[in-house]
Amino acid sequence: MNWLLAAIEPLLFIFISPLLAGWIKWVKCRLQNRRSPSLVQPYRDLAKLFRKTPVVANHASWLFEATPYIVFTSILLAVAIVPSIAAHLPTASIADVIALVGFLALGRFFLILAGMDIGTAFGGMGSSREATIASLAEPAMLMAVFTLAMSANTTNLSSAIDYVQDNGLVLRPSFIFALAGVVLVAIAETGRVPVDNPATHLELTMIHEAMILEYGGRHLALIEWAGQIRLMLFGVLIVNIFFPWGIAESLTLDALAIGLGAMVAKLMVLGLLLAISEMMLAKMRIFRVQDYLGFAYLLSLLGMLSHVILEVG
Amino acid sequence: MSLFLSYLSVLLALASGFLALLREQEAERPKSEPGQNKYHRYLRQTCRELFDQRGIFGLLMLSGLGAFLGGLSALLTNQITQDVLPLGLPWMHWHVRLDALSGFFLAVIGLGVIPISLYGPGYVRKYREEKYPLWLLGLCTGLFVAGMELVLLADDAFFFMIAWELMSVSSYFLVAFQHGHAANRRAAFLYLLMAVVGAIAIILAFGVLASFSHGFDFDGFRGGHLPRFWGTSAFLLALLGFGMKAGLVPGHAWLPEAHPVAPSHISALMSGVMLKIAIYGLLRFTFDLLGDIEWQWGVVVLMAGTASAVLGILYAFQQNNIKKLLAYSSIENLGIIAMGIGLAMIFMGTGHTGPGVIGLLAALYHVLNHSVFKNLLFLTAGSVIHQTHEPDLDHLGGLIRRMPKTAILALTGCVAISALPPLNGFVSEWLTFQAALQATSLESGVLRSMIPMAAAALAFTSALAAATFIKFFGVGFLGLPRTHHAAHSREVTQLGMLSGPGLLAGLCVLLGLLPTIVIQALEPVSLLLMGETLPSASSKGWLWLTPGTRSVASYSAVFVAIGLLLAWWAVQRFTRLASDSVQRRGPAWDCGFGGLNSKMQYTSTSFSQPIRRIFAPVWKLQESIDSGGATALTNQPVRYQLEVEDQSWRLLYHPIGALTAETARLVSRLQSGNIRIYLSYSFVTLLILLGIASL
Repeated sequence: MNWLLAAIEPLLFIFISPLLAGWIKWVKCRLQNRRSPSLVQPYRDLAKLFRKTPVVANHASWLFEATPYIVFTSILLAVAIVPSIAAHLPTASIADVIALVGFLALGRFFLILAGMDIGTAFGGMGSSREATIASLAEPAMLMAVFTLAMSANTTNLSSAIDYVQDNGLVLRPSFIFALAGVVLVAIAETGRVPVDNPATHLELTMIHEAMILEYGGRHLALIEWAGQIRLMLFGVLIVNIFFPWGIAESLTLDALAIGLGAMVAKLMVLGLLLAISEMMLAKMRIFRVQDYLGFAYLLSLLGMLSHVILEVG
Repeated sequence: MSLFLSYLSVLLALASGFLALLREQEAERPKSEPGQNKYHRYLRQTCRELFDQRGIFGLLMLSGLGAFLGGLSALLTNQITQDVLPLGLPWMHWHVRLDALSGFFLAVIGLGVIPISLYGPGYVRKYREEKYPLWLLGLCTGLFVAGMELVLLADDAFFFMIAWELMSVSSYFLVAFQHGHAANRRAAFLYLLMAVVGAIAIILAFGVLASFSHGFDFDGFRGGHLPRFWGTSAFLLALLGFGMKAGLVPGHAWLPEAHPVAPSHISALMSGVMLKIAIYGLLRFTFDLLGDIEWQWGVVVLMAGTASAVLGILYAFQQNNIKKLLAYSSIENLGIIAMGIGLAMIFMGTGHTGPGVIGLLAALYHVLNHSVFKNLLFLTAGSVIHQTHEPDLDHLGGLIRRMPKTAILALTGCVAISALPPLNGFVSEWLTFQAALQATSLESGVLRSMIPMAAAALAFTSALAAATFIKFFGVGFLGLPRTHHAAHSREVTQLGMLSGPGLLAGLCVLLGLLPTIVIQALEPVSLLLMGETLPSASSKGWLWLTPGTRSVASYSAVFVAIGLLLAWWAVQRFTRLASDSVQRRGPAWDCGFGGLNSKMQYTSTSFSQPIRRIFAPVWKLQESIDSGGATALTNQPVRYQLEVEDQSWRLLYHPIGALTAETARLVSRLQSGNIRIYLSYSFVTLLILLGIASL
């Protein structure tokens, strides 16, 4: 039963994820006084891409063709270990949060390589920029994770959620700093404004889009979908670790229904906030990103220091 | 039994060296074989030389096998065997000892030597055409391997230093092997110089220990108890000496010069194995001989390790020469190992042995992992250079289509060294993180906040390592070929040049999937050095790696691998269900510009440009653009030049060099060349001596 649930939960997760992307777009359009596409438009786009014939460059290597599958596989595994509806599923102990960062890095590793496979200038540019941003974002992310791990004394996500729930909502400075750090990193990692603009196709401003320019058809569909899952993954990570209310602690039907409802509601709020912030901010220059990520790192570091100084002993 | 195997291994390594010498002399003897035409003779000659190299490397492989088996049996049985050899000085025979620690490192040597002896025969062929003396290569390789093994077996300071110098000097000849280029001779000299300085520091460290015990054997050192001041000075001297050999910042300057110029299989031995011998020396000296570890020493080691890891990878990222890139990345990895050791020392010095064991095991695991994937990468880099004659990334490209098998092997190495699950690099890095997170148990607030910062530096390092090896693989193997050589390269034909790296790639997977078994095998070492093991690591069975309790942290590599395969299968099935269209090939899209050529690609230099700009103060950068009067309208070539230099030269080495030169100049004033002044020197000296004698 547990394992069955552990298999269903990621499936549910990946099939909901385009909805979140649709929701953010919907809110954004409304805020900008535009007519919005329907909420299910991302599903239609994916279906269209799956139907289309993929065209691959003549000199593309096997790595180029394998990468979409590797990216999707790694994100699937990352989804499996993040508690979204219920905590304490058996998959949660297979790997901890450090391994989660590893899985995300695995997918990105191959995606960046695939960007360089065809040998176009745009691919290399996107790859180089993505590699730069990733290498700055990862330490900030792990620093925030360490703050959490040191106060909860675990790197296991389920145990960390338990810890937060047991202690109730105490306004601890370390958590607030870590939350701010994680939010900034999540925006960078998912390629949203102000670090990258998912809607742009102007060559010189692209980062993520430049890497995947050569993809089409089902390959592109897998990569786009993986991107949507990644967005939702970071969202779930933020809402479930810092605001874990409602997550199913026992595996009864009621608890699971509440867990699902709570997750959806929390994600809707988060999507709303993201859309508002994207409305108000402009994309920054690429060589401002290091300041942005440095700030995220600093916040996480402050969280760590305030934990060490204020909260222990 | 294990000691016998190790002796055998040393003897076989020596035999391989002397076989190289013998065969060469035989070959030089003039042979008149009438009735054969020139072509026939040439064929026979080739066959014989091939057999020679096979024989030499065959003995070396047996030596590696002996070292591996001997080391493994010493490690697993956890027995200490001691022996005294009737060699050396009459009143000071060579003491030999094989325990779990030296057994582990002996096995690491074995694991390094076996693939190299598979790889070697194919690789050294090219030197025959270049008229470099192969006998010297064979002899020094044998002596080098034997020297490393003897360092591990030595149980007194005298024997240790002899073996240490044997290792250093024979590897000097290996670095200087291709002495045709002035740069290689310079690198070899620098290597020798720094090896000598390091050896002096080690001798002084042993001297401090010896003055508090009777004699020079390690058993005497173990019993001695040093006052705090002398203990700290001995430790710092040992750290200086062993750290220089291990390439820790700031004693790393020789490493990126010396490793790339040696033949590739030797670079692999030096980076993958010899640096680990320095780590062995540090562990043996600090944990075993010195004892009474102070946590402040651990802080020093942790800081040196962090600096090495961060600077090493930043420098590696900027390199265009593939072997230089790998050499700088060795500095990074040795830094990670030193971080693990530093954590172990901090925890042990403050009385928290449990978390300390995690740190030590992480360091040992990384020693093993680094020796496997760095050897793999050096060997594949050797294959690339062998086939294309281009060591520069900016002259390569597209090799994944020309050399598909080598490309897969290199990709495995890149994934492993970038610490990505489920391969082996991830496991040791995960353990290092887990050790760092135990910092909450420490009482000192400074340490509690310093250790996580070091861990965040490690996170930065691992992310940048991934970027570095993306560059290595992406520029070298992907894209369009940038030169004629790269475009017309072929896959290696010698089986050994694929099977050697193939063996290592298999080990990368295996060590990644079975961490619990490796940790269990390593337990005797932690028992020997720290008196404790990590019983909880495998308490949940061989599937689960749990350094603490399971709710704290757990990692199951096997389930991760199964999950990956399952998810891969599911994704494939689903895609096939969702889309039935057949994939089509066409020209690259490239935003519709068309006319794609290899000059349009990002090069290695441009790939690393953003990081270079962000962390500009780390390097000494010299950038110049010579437009030659070209404007946007004229179609003239523009020359861009970039030189990236290590800051340590400007900050440390050049001042020391200048100081030495200045001192020498002052001393040289004494020498006027006038005989009367020299006579008066002796006269004054005599007077002073008489004065002292009459007191």
